[in-house]
Amino acid sequence: MGEVKSNRHLRHMGDLDYSVVQQCMHCGMCLPSCPTYLETLQERNSPRGRIALMRAIADGDLEVTKEFGEEMYYCLGCLACTTACPAGVDYPQLFEKARAEIEDSGVISSPERRFWRWLTLRQLFAKPRLLRAVGRMLRLYQASGVSALVRRSGLLRILPEHLRNLEPSTPVVRRHFSDQLIRGIERPDKQQYRVGMLTGCVQDLVFSEINRDTVEVLLENGCEVVTPRRQGCCGSLHAHNGDLAQAAVQARRMMDQFDLDSLDAIITNAAGCGSHLKHFSTLLKDDDLYRERAIQWDFKVRDISEWLVSIVFRRPAEIAGEAPGRTVTYHEACHLCHGQGISLQPREILRAIPDLKLVELANSTHCCGSAGVYNITQPEQAAKLQEEKIACIVRTGASVVATANPGCHLQIQNGLKGQGEVKHPASLLAEAYRAERKREGGT
Amino acid sequence: MKAPATPFSTDSSVFLRLQEIVGPENVLSAPEDLIPYGFDGTAALKKKALCVVLPRTAESVAELVKLASQESIPLVTRGSGTGLSGGSVPVEGGIVLCLVHLNRILEVDPANLTLLCETGVITKAIDDAALPHGLFYPPDPGSMKISTIGGNVANNSGGLRGLKYGVTRDYVMGMEVVLPSGETAWLGSKCVKDVAGYSMKDLFIGSEGTLGVITKVLLKLVPRPKARRTLLASFDSMEAAARTVSRIIEEKIIPCTLEFLDRKTCASVEDFARVGLPTHAAAVVLMETDGHASVVEEEASAMAVIARENGAISVEAATDEAHAVRLATARRSAFSALARIRPTTILEDVTVPRNRLVEIVAFVEEVAARHRLEMATFGHFGDGNVHPTILTDETDHEEMERVELALSEIFDKTIALGGTITGEHGVGLAKKPFLPRQFDDASYKLMKQVKRALDPEGILNPGKIFDLDEAE
Repeated sequence: MGEVKSNRHLRHMGDLDYSVVQQCMHCGMCLPSCPTYLETLQERNSPRGRIALMRAIADGDLEVTKEFGEEMYYCLGCLACTTACPAGVDYPQLFEKARAEIEDSGVISSPERRFWRWLTLRQLFAKPRLLRAVGRMLRLYQASGVSALVRRSGLLRILPEHLRNLEPSTPVVRRHFSDQLIRGIERPDKQQYRVGMLTGCVQDLVFSEINRDTVEVLLENGCEVVTPRRQGCCGSLHAHNGDLAQAAVQARRMMDQFDLDSLDAIITNAAGCGSHLKHFSTLLKDDDLYRERAIQWDFKVRDISEWLVSIVFRRPAEIAGEAPGRTVTYHEACHLCHGQGISLQPREILRAIPDLKLVELANSTHCCGSAGVYNITQPEQAAKLQEEKIACIVRTGASVVATANPGCHLQIQNGLKGQGEVKHPASLLAEAYRAERKREGGT
Repeated sequence: MKAPATPFSTDSSVFLRLQEIVGPENVLSAPEDLIPYGFDGTAALKKKALCVVLPRTAESVAELVKLASQESIPLVTRGSGTGLSGGSVPVEGGIVLCLVHLNRILEVDPANLTLLCETGVITKAIDDAALPHGLFYPPDPGSMKISTIGGNVANNSGGLRGLKYGVTRDYVMGMEVVLPSGETAWLGSKCVKDVAGYSMKDLFIGSEGTLGVITKVLLKLVPRPKARRTLLASFDSMEAAARTVSRIIEEKIIPCTLEFLDRKTCASVEDFARVGLPTHAAAVVLMETDGHASVVEEEASAMAVIARENGAISVEAATDEAHAVRLATARRSAFSALARIRPTTILEDVTVPRNRLVEIVAFVEEVAARHRLEMATFGHFGDGNVHPTILTDETDHEEMERVELALSEIFDKTIALGGTITGEHGVGLAKKPFLPRQFDDASYKLMKQVKRALDPEGILNPGKIFDLDEAE
């Protein structure tokens, strides 16, 4: 290791307030919460180990190396360490800056990697129209029967193995996207609030019905819902994968679509997005034009369950003389429980649903292995976590798994292989309201 | 310590032998691997080893120690690296022997109330294994969710329940230890009474990895208490809290826990854990009594009365078992939670006879004010064990000088009160310079003689507790 002793060349980690890294007093309380440390029992694969490496880089004792790059991509970014950390270390910020530094330095760059990053981060998830067009093509491929044909033909063998293995787990694209299911403005019978609705990118393509359900639940609770038409990705994908510049572009675009002053809250139903959306002010702290608005924005972003509980949502009427018919268990998306500290609210919603009985899931806050694109980049570790998660779910005997993030939703759905259904808490509540209307209509 | 026979490097034949013994994948030497093994839970002590070795069996530990001994290479044993004295900080250019993979519980013996395990087992896992048998492993250091039992034994760790249940030493019945020569010795037995020869196991408990490498431990378990009551009393002065603790003990009530937190500690812990700690009181005492239901009731009400008589503003009971556990867990996070306030957190663990508690607490407050330092205090008041915690910034040299002065004065006062400079963290590197103040008779020399007799090559954790110089 050479004498480095200067970090001025660091673009992202260089401007990190040194006290953020120094905040870690390496007590080790994070170790038992970290999925990768528990897998290897090696310090570099732990939060305090990674922070030690970052500090060594900040101190000029270590360069940004390939090994460091690989380490930061072995980290799931599940943020379980953030919940465990008594010292309050801002690991999410450290994690994003470190990955950005790694990308800038090119230590783990390759032509193939550069191509995929360009295609996904700078094209697909930067251009909502393109994403939807690709979505439609994928839909055609899946619905027309061509996908079955391709699988039988063995054509997939031309793909690299890790991509080939993923093909069967590709999410099924919905026939209608959110803007076809949700009107620009929808008004409740009796209006108390006015909220903006974030439709997301993955959620928009493969779970547009969850977006519809979310709007219905909001309407049922006196919220007028404003849904801008072409929203695109909020930039969380970019920020978590070391492209902070594009993340800032996405953030500005996102904010431009909402008239903040007229809204009581901005609602998101995807945990991964929410945990990013609430920190636009950090991302745009050097942007004179957007800084103030970003602060206001952060303050107004609410996860759907958080919002519903805060406005005291209406509980669907009990069904007289009937015991709950189905059991539900709740998997906590990392970016909801660790990223946003939201744990009780989704459970409160589930408990309010008359025909559901909530049974607790062992290790409910453990990562399911989805972790954004982790299941694509680190399939082995992701599969181990998925297996553990599914085993815990099966032990509950629940027929429904509730979770509030599209990545977890797909990961668990794929893992369950039809042994139960996965639902967003908002969808379950929407269903309960619909069932209630039907009962009332029937009598 | 003599110089290594051949220069130790990653190209040396010794390094190859290390790889042969444990497998190349269990020998780490990349800078990205070594940096994260360069420290423990203390603030500013950092060193880089030449390699980290992660053996999978006790047998390979013996081979490793033998090799290090033959080649005179310093060997620092560690578990999860949560120590608070720098005891497991590597020796520059030496070997770190990390035992976290020796993590099997080998036997729970409910007939003899014992548990046998390897030393990389996590402390909490031991109590978890005892639970289904209705048994209990009481020592609960703050880091119990990640600390290893080997580290606990090597440092004779305490915890929140020391008052009634004692410390790690009180639960070690036997151990397997690899001596510096590479030979293996079994010390102790399952017998409640055993006076065959010297009580050698006691020499290794608290020896901080300087005398041998402990690979297995035989632990004593006790019946799990049937009932538990937790109370939280708040006070408007630290003295009132300290007086309450002293009064409880004078009344011959020995609860399992009498923990004290000052306002700053309460605020930090509450900020992290949100368990409902009062953040405006000058001091809070967490009291827990366990045992038979009727005794627990009686003790809890007596403690509440004593607290009120000694000026408690309020005395509240934990709402249920889960709340009680949350309160204790929150208390365990105190040291780390205090790191929220300033960049560097320096934790001490001076301990005095319990009747001198009020004096040391007042002294610590006075020292902090005089040296213009931000200080928080919490601790195991029932044990006379105080954790004055200085919140500072290691990059501010002028302030660090004041920190040194303050610490030195606190140590002197502690010794003058008949106390000890470390109640449960160990000497390691952090307390090494102050140890001679406490041992001003033949005892200091005696310790060095023991070290020389057992480890003539000086390979095991050299430079910890004290330095061995040729003149002595």
